[in-house]
Amino acid sequence: MEVKLLSEHYDKKEFRHLEGYQKLGGYSALKKALKMKPEEIVAEVKNSGLRGRGGAGFPTGMKWGFLPQNGEPRFLLCNADEGEPGTFKDRLMMERAPHQLIEGMIIAAFGIKSQKSYIYIRGEYYQPYKIVEKAIEEAYKAGLLGKNILGSGFDHEMDVYRGAGAYIVGEETALISSLEGKKGQPKLKPPFPAVKGYLEKPTIVNNVETLAAVPWIINNGAQGYKKYGTEKSPGTKLFSVSGNVNKPGVYEVPLAYSFKDLLENECGGMKPGFKLKALIPGGSSCPVLNYDEAMKATMDYECMSQMGSMLGSGGVIVIDDKQCMVDLLNVLMHFYHHESCGQCTPCREGTGWMEKLSSSIGAGRAQLSDITLLDKVARQMMGTTICALSDAAALPVISFVSKFRDEFEFHIHEKKCKVKGHCHAQSHH
Amino acid sequence: MSKKLELPSASRAYIKKELERYETKESALIPALFEAQKVFGFITPEVVDLLAVEMDIPPSRVNEVAQFYTMFNKKPVGKHHIQVCTNISCAMVGARETANYICKKLGVKLDEVSKDSRFTVSQVECLGSCGTAPMAQINDDYYENLDQQKIDKLLESLK
Repeated sequence: MEVKLLSEHYDKKEFRHLEGYQKLGGYSALKKALKMKPEEIVAEVKNSGLRGRGGAGFPTGMKWGFLPQNGEPRFLLCNADEGEPGTFKDRLMMERAPHQLIEGMIIAAFGIKSQKSYIYIRGEYYQPYKIVEKAIEEAYKAGLLGKNILGSGFDHEMDVYRGAGAYIVGEETALISSLEGKKGQPKLKPPFPAVKGYLEKPTIVNNVETLAAVPWIINNGAQGYKKYGTEKSPGTKLFSVSGNVNKPGVYEVPLAYSFKDLLENECGGMKPGFKLKALIPGGSSCPVLNYDEAMKATMDYECMSQMGSMLGSGGVIVIDDKQCMVDLLNVLMHFYHHESCGQCTPCREGTGWMEKLSSSIGAGRAQLSDITLLDKVARQMMGTTICALSDAAALPVISFVSKFRDEFEFHIHEKKCKVKGHCHAQSHH
Repeated sequence: MSKKLELPSASRAYIKKELERYETKESALIPALFEAQKVFGFITPEVVDLLAVEMDIPPSRVNEVAQFYTMFNKKPVGKHHIQVCTNISCAMVGARETANYICKKLGVKLDEVSKDSRFTVSQVECLGSCGTAPMAQINDDYYENLDQQKIDKLLESLK
């Protein structure tokens, strides 16, 4: 069953505006927070065990704790550059509850003693951008932003920034480069943004869903949050479900919820005529699970790691029996090749090779040794680059090839697709 | 010789405001490029030079930002730029067929401008609309859960 800690009011129109949001309890956490000490806020979030919901799953409170305590100005950036294929929950959160995010950001900013924040929204999300821009305006008018917020003596300015189309900007150092008006290319870490980020100042970058969870945690306490999920994966998470299921969409469930239940209860099962074949559990960069693994999977960080995959951004891509895995891998490799920023040779060249190889295999122009070559190229891309895009492109390849090798071999031997569906790979030239 | 490019005064005022809005003026590059694209349709070397002078930022810096981001068009597009996502979730529910259908209806190939300059159809990467696929972004707006009937009606309304 869904547990709607954050999304309880998402279907109510009034929740999208300040007045309705406040009527439904909004900004009560901010009022409470402003009476606390900043250190208590950081401690509460740390104790809640909240993990970054953008993909890496890094503990949020710990990230905040990395800020140097030297009185330097620091920045808070909200990463709303949602671009991981299969993920669309941040968009929903900004459209349905812009003030929940803003409230979370003001509390976080108070906790980490930041005077300025930005919400960096991907350029294609024009409507969410307009909605968030308007909500910030409302918050300023109500004295929730600006000087001396609600008479607390705390000053905070917030602005929104629109990106212009680049998957890689979702990587935090690339996001910082982009906000500074540069090409959105990642930088080598360390130094981490918490030490040297935006304009070389200490900077915290958090995902939309992470920041939007902060008001609930402040209102209900770390212990309240930990009642849901597991010890290492506390709380709830919003999963974006796509594919040929009856009710695709965003569902908030406690972490460690079983995939089988998510599929059958929340999503209404597979569409008539479709059977489950495989699952990409956390966005396109996560290794694929086969049917048996999917049916045993629980949606939490530990289980996914045990199964050799990742929870990622919670983009649950449900793959049905009409899909050709060679075709889908080729779609993904086209994407990663297009989005590689080109700084690091293994990624720039490797993504190109993987696209060409998966395409040749699909078109029946390859030999068996090309499957080995594809796998080898992928393995050589792991851990050899500045950011994680290279690994993100390699992981699907390794898992697709190892778990669905028969489909790759069939394309090579028979020069056609094994699956009775709509495989486009065989028609590639 | 072609006519010298000029930005309308409202655009110049907007760019001036953006130049002062952020901690560094380079942060105004993306907003300025969006504004210039609204005026000129796509970003040419002449547009880059114009912005460089307007913003007092080296043309090479303006150009690298223009080239890096996919939303800045480097060649002409139709008045209605129909961008169909064909990434994994969309592909699984038939988005590539959707893109082909739109192309066929409009009598254009992917990425070309229709003869009447009204349409360009492109296949693009994930737009965060995976649960409402097939979908297309037309200029600033999303159109979701597309089927042939919806597409027919939509294209008619854009004519």
